[in-house]
Amino acid sequence: MQKKHGKPKIITKDELASGVKSFRIHAPLIAAKAKPGQFVIIRIDERGERIPITIVDSDSEEGTLTLIVQEVGKTTKKLGRMREDEEIADLVGPLGNPSEIENFGQVVVIGGGVGVTAAYEEAKALKKAGNRVISIIGARNKDLLFFEQEMRQVSDELNITTDDGTRGRKGFVTDVLKDLIDQRRHIDLVFAVGPTIMMKIVSKITEPHGIRTIVSLNPIMLDGTGMCGACRVRIGGQTKFTCVDGPDFDGHLVDFDELMTRQRMYLKEEKLALQMYENNVR
Amino acid sequence: MLKQHPEKRIHNFNEVTLGYSVEQAITEASRCLQCPDHPCVKGCPVGINILAFIKCVKEGDFDKAIAIVKERNSLPAMTGRVCPWENQCEAACILDKVGEPVAIGRLERFVADHELKKGYEMPKIANPTGHKVAVVGSGPAGLTAAADLAKLGHSVVIFEALHTPGGVLSYGIPEFRLPKNIVKAEVSYVEKLGVSIKTNIVIGKLITVDELLEQGFDAVFIASGAGAPNFLNLPGENLCGIYSANEFLTRSNLMKAYAFPEYDTPIKVGKKVAVIGGGNVAVDAARTALRLGADEVYIVYRRSEKEMPARIEEIDNAREEGVKFRFLTNPVRFQGDEKGWVKQMECIRMKLGEPDESGRRKPTSIKGSEFSMNVDTVVVAIGQKPNPLVPRTTKGLQITRWGTIVVDEKSGKTIKDRVWAGGDIVSGAATVIEAMGMGKRAAKSIHEYLTTP
Repeated sequence: MQKKHGKPKIITKDELASGVKSFRIHAPLIAAKAKPGQFVIIRIDERGERIPITIVDSDSEEGTLTLIVQEVGKTTKKLGRMREDEEIADLVGPLGNPSEIENFGQVVVIGGGVGVTAAYEEAKALKKAGNRVISIIGARNKDLLFFEQEMRQVSDELNITTDDGTRGRKGFVTDVLKDLIDQRRHIDLVFAVGPTIMMKIVSKITEPHGIRTIVSLNPIMLDGTGMCGACRVRIGGQTKFTCVDGPDFDGHLVDFDELMTRQRMYLKEEKLALQMYENNVR
Repeated sequence: MLKQHPEKRIHNFNEVTLGYSVEQAITEASRCLQCPDHPCVKGCPVGINILAFIKCVKEGDFDKAIAIVKERNSLPAMTGRVCPWENQCEAACILDKVGEPVAIGRLERFVADHELKKGYEMPKIANPTGHKVAVVGSGPAGLTAAADLAKLGHSVVIFEALHTPGGVLSYGIPEFRLPKNIVKAEVSYVEKLGVSIKTNIVIGKLITVDELLEQGFDAVFIASGAGAPNFLNLPGENLCGIYSANEFLTRSNLMKAYAFPEYDTPIKVGKKVAVIGGGNVAVDAARTALRLGADEVYIVYRRSEKEMPARIEEIDNAREEGVKFRFLTNPVRFQGDEKGWVKQMECIRMKLGEPDESGRRKPTSIKGSEFSMNVDTVVVAIGQKPNPLVPRTTKGLQITRWGTIVVDEKSGKTIKDRVWAGGDIVSGAATVIEAMGMGKRAAKSIHEYLTTP
């Protein structure tokens, strides 16, 4: 008997931190193929937009994917309000290139904000490949910090920062990175994922020391399959598509300023859509 | 042929051309001379029995007319809107030599729309053969091959990367030229023939062609299209406000950004828009920009109007709507404001020399003729190339330097065992009907392969 090709269903939903939700979604085909570093494109309903979300974890036996979403705009807030057993209109993946995982030696994995989820996937894979993993995670305050336990399990050293000092060290992830470099710690690779400005500063810090730095970029996307060029970024002076050439790139070659400008392209529309949504929900 | 008035239609996305009434259709059909050597049929890439269906229209038997069309063409409501008849069947029509050819395209649309209103008459499906065929892509080539194979009794599954089937029919061609409810109806006809369409599956990422063959498909037809944009590679091309035509049209047509904020995907159109290119895609993008509220829209093309590959009918429509043209002009660089938005396009004037390999006169720049245009939105519509995902992940295919898949001209067969290809992935960006022709050719060859012991 033929199995019906059903829509992806939300199996479980948890709140990890203020405005940060974790979803386990039934998507057996994608779960069987997903590798660290890859993402899905999700569209929650008929009028929805297509947005990329990193695959944090995948269980090929259970046939589920774990996606973690920070609620910033209409789509993520709408997703945040969905309940267990509800169906997602469209889910496509795994997209992007898997991260390059090797035994590099001693690596520093940095996760800022909701980027800690991608950092976790990366750290887990690097640890499994035999690397010694020094992790740095940071958030604005302790309520926005999450995945501490998970990161501790896959790291040899874990550093925590919060902007306001309510947990861990007061300051930024980049402060810890600077210290590690000043202490002349041996670093074979830095992997950083988080707000674009954070990845830019990490790359600027490592560049004069010639430390290989990989960043995972998050431009606006539309199709995610290399069809439209919305996610184009300048890498070493050449235009590349994040969805098919990335999302990982050499941080020293990325034009971060251009990326940040392009990420702001629809600020006005995003604000309007969110306002209208919040008014309706009330 | 009636059209919405230009001043009215630039404020809506409704279909521009209105269909024939019954009287108009019969009158037009009566002009056909029923030439014994039927040059019109020879001019049709899918070989529709044109004079036979036109005779039925003349006699008022529209049901029989559409049945004849459907013997060769599974998507007539679409081809009856976007086919370049003026280069094909109508160019071959004898009446074209002495005046206006018979309006074959309009008549095809008339009978197709008649059937849409009435409801589809399902054709006879052959007994199940037990063979399974996978089709990669639900654009015109994929849909056509799938329909033909299904009618012959094969079990067909189409794998589509996007969340809606149709390919360029859904994302590329605007609503005002090809309404999406028509695309939906024609796609559902193909599904009613027994074809299964699985959306949100990217062959080359989720599953490879080799895996499809291992998983029990007896043959694979690759019809993944020319879904990768060409950029000009000029300084400033990544400024905000500069779109590839694929992105611009996908936002508007597929994601319905023209209805933002009722639909969530936004699109930015400023006051002064430049569309670079001279094909149907450029004209579509220009007319879309007008409807999205631009004050001025320019088509900027490096050759002259005579060389524009776009359909003359659509160029005329664009002109009527107020699109302006800058011929023999090429952009050189883009300049932005302090916020990173495009604000100026530096251009250079061109002159035409000897024909190049495409047969069209080669444009060369005129030194010292640079000038600037103020623009706040640019759409780069200089062509699309084959999306590399499938060629890159399928072992054993022969790929040209343009990224297209090499096939045998008669059968559409690739050099890889059990794999055929057709549509834009073989020809480079071309027309809907050419893609359909290749879909039919491959379906015939696949059927012969599957049923020959």
